[in-house]
Amino acid sequence: MSENPFPLSKDDLLKAYRTMRTIRDFEERLHIDFAKGDIPGFVHLYAGEEACATGIMMHLNDNDRIASTHRGHGHCIAKGVDVHAMMAEIYGRSTGACRGKGGSMHIADLSKGMMGANGILGAGAPLICGAALAAKVRGDRGVGITFVGDGASNQGTFLESLNLAAVWNLPVVFVVENNGYAESTAMEWAVSCDSYVDRATGFGMPGVTVDGTDLFAVHEAAGEIIRRARDGGGPALLECNMVRFYGHFEGDAQTYRAKGEVEALRASRDCLVMLAERVVEAGVVARDELHRIDREVADLIEDAVRAAKAAPLPAPSELLTDVYVSY
Amino acid sequence: MSRKISMKTAINEALDLEMRRDPTVIVMGEDIVGGTGANGEDDAWGGVLGVTKGLYAKHGDRLMDTPLSESAYIGAAVGAAACGLRPVAELMFMDFMGVCFDQIFNQAAKFRYMFGGKAQTPVVIRGMVGAGFRAAAQHSQMLTPLFTHIPGLKVVCPSNAYDAKGLLIQSIRDNDPVIFCEHKNLYGLECDVPAESYAIPFGEANILRDGDDVTIVSYGLTVHRALEAATALAKDRIEAEVIDLRTLSPIDWDTIIESVERTGRLVVVDEAHPRCNLATDIAAFVGQNAFGALKAGAQMVTGPHTPVPFSPSLEDLYVPSAEAIAAAVRRTLSPTGSRSHGIAA
Amino acid sequence: MSNERIKPIVMPKWGLSMSEGKVTGWLKRPGDHVALGDDLLEVETDKITNVVEAGESGVLRRVLGENDTVYPVKALIAVLADPDVSDDEIDAFIAGFVVPAADADADAADATPRYLFAETAAGTIRYATRGEGGPAVLLVHGFGGDLDNWLFSIDALAESATVYALDLPGHGQSTKSVADPSLSGLSAAVLAFMDHVGLAKAHFIGHSMGGAVSMRTALDAPDRVASLSLIASAGLGREIDHGYIQGFVGATSRRDLKPVLETLFADRGLVSRSLIDDLLKYKRLDGVEDALTAISSAMFADGAQSSVLTDLIAAAKTPILVVWGEEDRVIPAAHANALGDAARVAVIPNAGHMVQMEASSKVNALLKDHIGKAA
Repeated sequence: MSENPFPLSKDDLLKAYRTMRTIRDFEERLHIDFAKGDIPGFVHLYAGEEACATGIMMHLNDNDRIASTHRGHGHCIAKGVDVHAMMAEIYGRSTGACRGKGGSMHIADLSKGMMGANGILGAGAPLICGAALAAKVRGDRGVGITFVGDGASNQGTFLESLNLAAVWNLPVVFVVENNGYAESTAMEWAVSCDSYVDRATGFGMPGVTVDGTDLFAVHEAAGEIIRRARDGGGPALLECNMVRFYGHFEGDAQTYRAKGEVEALRASRDCLVMLAERVVEAGVVARDELHRIDREVADLIEDAVRAAKAAPLPAPSELLTDVYVSY
Repeated sequence: MSRKISMKTAINEALDLEMRRDPTVIVMGEDIVGGTGANGEDDAWGGVLGVTKGLYAKHGDRLMDTPLSESAYIGAAVGAAACGLRPVAELMFMDFMGVCFDQIFNQAAKFRYMFGGKAQTPVVIRGMVGAGFRAAAQHSQMLTPLFTHIPGLKVVCPSNAYDAKGLLIQSIRDNDPVIFCEHKNLYGLECDVPAESYAIPFGEANILRDGDDVTIVSYGLTVHRALEAATALAKDRIEAEVIDLRTLSPIDWDTIIESVERTGRLVVVDEAHPRCNLATDIAAFVGQNAFGALKAGAQMVTGPHTPVPFSPSLEDLYVPSAEAIAAAVRRTLSPTGSRSHGIAA
Repeated sequence: MSNERIKPIVMPKWGLSMSEGKVTGWLKRPGDHVALGDDLLEVETDKITNVVEAGESGVLRRVLGENDTVYPVKALIAVLADPDVSDDEIDAFIAGFVVPAADADADAADATPRYLFAETAAGTIRYATRGEGGPAVLLVHGFGGDLDNWLFSIDALAESATVYALDLPGHGQSTKSVADPSLSGLSAAVLAFMDHVGLAKAHFIGHSMGGAVSMRTALDAPDRVASLSLIASAGLGREIDHGYIQGFVGATSRRDLKPVLETLFADRGLVSRSLIDDLLKYKRLDGVEDALTAISSAMFADGAQSSVLTDLIAAAKTPILVVWGEEDRVIPAAHANALGDAARVAVIPNAGHMVQMEASSKVNALLKDHIGKAA
């Protein structure tokens, strides 16, 4: 093995690869099982965007909070939410992370600092300001990260939150996951500015744009602004340019995308392949080591699906519980 | 010890006592300190009507002015509550709920259920409700039915200073999101209030007047109109029982049903618009659960199906009057007069 | 206009906060002869219903107070007069009757605050004082009670005594932190209060647990207790309705509290909405539940009274009066005889645990007589 030229230890590199592989396999399995009709409702897949969640979450601990989006599976896995509990939730089972009451769009695990995927676009931004405020009041050096897509970056909640976080000097990082599409509408058409850095500047905070398919780029940029926020330096915005391998939701024929667009992206900008090639080429990690992770992850996902399918549905009495702490 | 103070002072006192008792209680809102960043006094306003005046001097940065940005700060209060604080966010006029309702009904109200019982969101959103302040259509609504409709929210609307203090303290200690509705025309009303802390449990209506002939159910300002009506009716030997709901969610069905089973007549008074409000809700519930006890159709006295008008001459017609309530009572007592149609009060 | 042969009957003022009362029924008819002390009518206040007794004798010539009608305190509700007084004279008297101005009343109330607060070694103690001169009398309420339990006694006793009524620690509007929830602890708080107001010695009147506190004080500080009047007193036997104690401590709603309070009276109808509301207001105060729990575990653990002072107090030299309501459902009336010859005993029929409220005139007469003889 050669000397490690990366800013991440070999251990961290393997962890990052495992996280990204887990997200990828989780989503691809859902893609297949959803088409079979096994999964109720609708799901939004994070495949292709793994480097963003992984690169950011490597800087966080369980005391740091994130507020996710409708496309939240990747954020959950990277933040450490249990894969079995997630799968069971998506299958609507009583063993799910939310006991089958939330589903794909509301997976949460507050013990891991995961404040929930969110079906309302842009809703996470004010919530994470509150999480950051709580950390600030307690003085526990916690930070809050909120994710929005390029679409929800136009929501008033998001823009108001940029201002609030700057005015209150909150330890928040606003991550714009720019995959080019708000559902079917192109970012170039729907977002009035050319660069999110300009938006950040307009709200009096630093903004950084990185290639969201490059784990190292995301990791480095996120590391700097998260450290700054943790040290009381205030909020910042991080734009990650990334690619979406599947439609807005499963079943989306993606007729708004150019012919061959997705195939070209998969061939040239697959963050998982790019990471694997770089670490193997540099001689830091052996391909066999990655294959072993691949097999372990495949087994994990298979086991999660098997367990989810075997798990009981919520009891009828569950319909009426958990509305209030006490009523 | 107990002394006479206004509802405004009682609310201030509740916030003060709970901030002293529990360091996780924070209070935020537009101008609730007043003048933050400006060159004048530190504590210039204490809220538009001065409800939080003086608290900044006692609690410093735990009292936070916000940018004029309801979505952001109401959401921040909700997020902070989910992360272990007990924020009290003032929404100035409840009508402003329109711009931040998502953070309340899609986020705060649903966290616990949506997350399988693994979250709690002890946030209090307090603000002014009600007409009679010459504040026109966007600063005068009684939106309580809207909030009451949403599972996961608790809805409180005190009618006096004693209740306001005890219910606000309970709201802050409560582990669920609470919408605390303060009728702006009751702020100045004084009554005996203990100086100590006390909490009034939710879901227990208050019986303000005993009577055997008819049950009048209301909440907020119109409780006082109902009492006026009852006093007038007593001159004609009609004894009305007056029930103040105090909390609309949870609601004290038992007290309402027990009273109607005794009196056989029901008049429900709600300042809100006439469709799908507390009056329709209670009349329907009693119709379903105590039909046999009713000697006449339930009567509803509400605001009309219009926005709140500005001109004093019109606004005075808007809020249910003691005369309208008394007339409704008389309809329940007249064998032929119990029908009333239309959507106006 | 004054006419000594015409005697007005006015709406009475019972206790400290009464401003009006409702006539609920006349027990004498116009034309009836009325002797001093006869029951005249029933009046309902926002606290309780009670009987108005005739303060003078004569013929009930006019009844002005209508049933189910509310009158302010001191309003003319009836006229007594000798048979030979003419109707014209009575009409003139009624026409000329002036209800004392409310303002004057309010001024008087301001001059003597309804409630006072003493900062004692045992914490803040609320109290009221009435009357001037004569012997000093101290009223000590029972478990969960407060000085308003003496609503119908304090003014009557104050006619010939200087009366103090206090809220024990953990009760009423006194401090809710109870340093020592035992009888000795509460007795020490009473002594601290006496020190604060400069009361060297007093005739103690104790109700229920307050009776036990008074006995404890008489035993621990005999020179400060001139006499004991023990009303439905604790400390004279083991038995107590523990369900009442638990129910009172545990109740948080009107619905829970009402049946509990009904055990206090022979006539359950006396438990008014306002009585329940006032107690709920007290019970909701921070610290009350803890205080009541501490006191009840110290005094009424295992479903019985922890301290029986019968032998000790019988051996003491203090003059003792024991008064009980025959229908007491909290502490059995049989305890009235526990002291044998060591005490004067009166068991009053048709009254329950709150006998001093339910049969106030009888109890007040007994108390005055006892204090008068002991003084």
